[in-house]
Amino acid sequence: MIKEQPKLLKTLNIITMVMMLIAIGLVFLYAPMEAVMGPVQKVFYFHVSSTWTGALGFLVSAIAGGFYLRTKKQTWDIISVAGVEIGLVFMLIGIVSGSIWARPIWNTWWTWDPRLTTTTIMELIYLAYFMLRRGIEEPERRARFGAVYSIVGFLSVPLTFLSIRIFRTIHPVIIGSSDPTASGAFDMTGKMTQTFVFSLITYSVLFATLLWHRTRLGKLSAEIEEAKLRINE
Amino acid sequence: MRGTVSKASGFLKVVFAIVWKDLAAEWRSRELISGMLVFALLVIFIFNFALELDTQARSTVTSGVLWATFTFAGTLGLNRSMAVEKDRGCLDGLLLAPVDRTAIYFGKTLANFIFMLLVAVIVLPLYSIFYNQNLFIPGLLLVIFLGSLGYVAVGTILASMAVQARTRDILLPILLFPVIIPVLVAAVKASSGFLQGSAFADIQSWLSLLVAYDVIFVAVSFMVFDFVVEE
Repeated sequence: MIKEQPKLLKTLNIITMVMMLIAIGLVFLYAPMEAVMGPVQKVFYFHVSSTWTGALGFLVSAIAGGFYLRTKKQTWDIISVAGVEIGLVFMLIGIVSGSIWARPIWNTWWTWDPRLTTTTIMELIYLAYFMLRRGIEEPERRARFGAVYSIVGFLSVPLTFLSIRIFRTIHPVIIGSSDPTASGAFDMTGKMTQTFVFSLITYSVLFATLLWHRTRLGKLSAEIEEAKLRINE
Repeated sequence: MRGTVSKASGFLKVVFAIVWKDLAAEWRSRELISGMLVFALLVIFIFNFALELDTQARSTVTSGVLWATFTFAGTLGLNRSMAVEKDRGCLDGLLLAPVDRTAIYFGKTLANFIFMLLVAVIVLPLYSIFYNQNLFIPGLLLVIFLGSLGYVAVGTILASMAVQARTRDILLPILLFPVIIPVLVAAVKASSGFLQGSAFADIQSWLSLLVAYDVIFVAVSFMVFDFVVEE
């Protein structure tokens, strides 16, 4: 029994692809070149969008975890796992793309700045999440522990950020208040802002599409598990 | 029982019964504390050689060494404290008892907290003797109190999950360390502030962070503990 993707999801696939192409076009053709940093500044559009998507994934996972504990419905567990998986990948993209930008601008691949440190600790938390899940065989308990850990882990992130923030930071803040001591900061022109906002929206849509696909995949594999059990009986 | 005893005092009774049980068991076997203690001393000795703790280095890294020692010894204690419950079926017995399950969480947390403090109480004078540096500063003791509380609040809940997993020996530190980083950063900073005699205003933000962490994670653990032990 092969289930086709629902129509809406198919439409979403196409929308995401078109938006992604437009976003790439905007970044390279529409947005003006930044005067001081040059082409490497173009990393910014997808760097911020990726970390945004990553954080969104972890947030979704914690919320879905909460719902799982409440309702004990397997779907919530599948969504929670999907959120973590997507979050891990996009956070990594964010960290790596940031590193590529930091090399010419800060003259180093890495610095112990609050954002860099916090995102990396986040990656470690969610790697631990998968190790926890892998260590537990019984599906119901695995889902419960996963939900608890995704909530505890997510709550610790702002405190981690705060604790490292009290050390001085050199990471530029482009959106919101800008710290004059930050290195590599710049003011966005109109075209830059448009490109940036469009990238952000594109990545959010991409996130929704991926989450849907991953949840669907999770449900299908759960069905297969059940079918296998039935055959063995 | 519920009719005669008011709910709050009944809850406290259960909490203290569990703490008492853990202390009595520990008093007879002395497995956990002695393990943590010897381990803590070994860690300090390793640091002594790894960092070459001469007078100059000590003034800046003492708080770091202390907290790394407490953290490592703490995971050992937490793992042991939950593993004995799991292995001998004690946890199932506790869960069968007609009591509020969060009382079990608080009992275990309080017992682990006492073990952490006991280790600190023995390690601090030894460290003071080894390095000829007085560590009995009220501020430092306060930081150890607050830091250990946050540590065991999260540690107890994660340990009770970790012992139920196949890979339990390696799982606890992996689960625990990334989550307690704020406690460690704040505790190390506050401790070195007190050790170096900084102004209280400089240390205050770290202390507030510790208190905030303690409150948030005691509350969260209280809310989710039911789901960890539920069968």
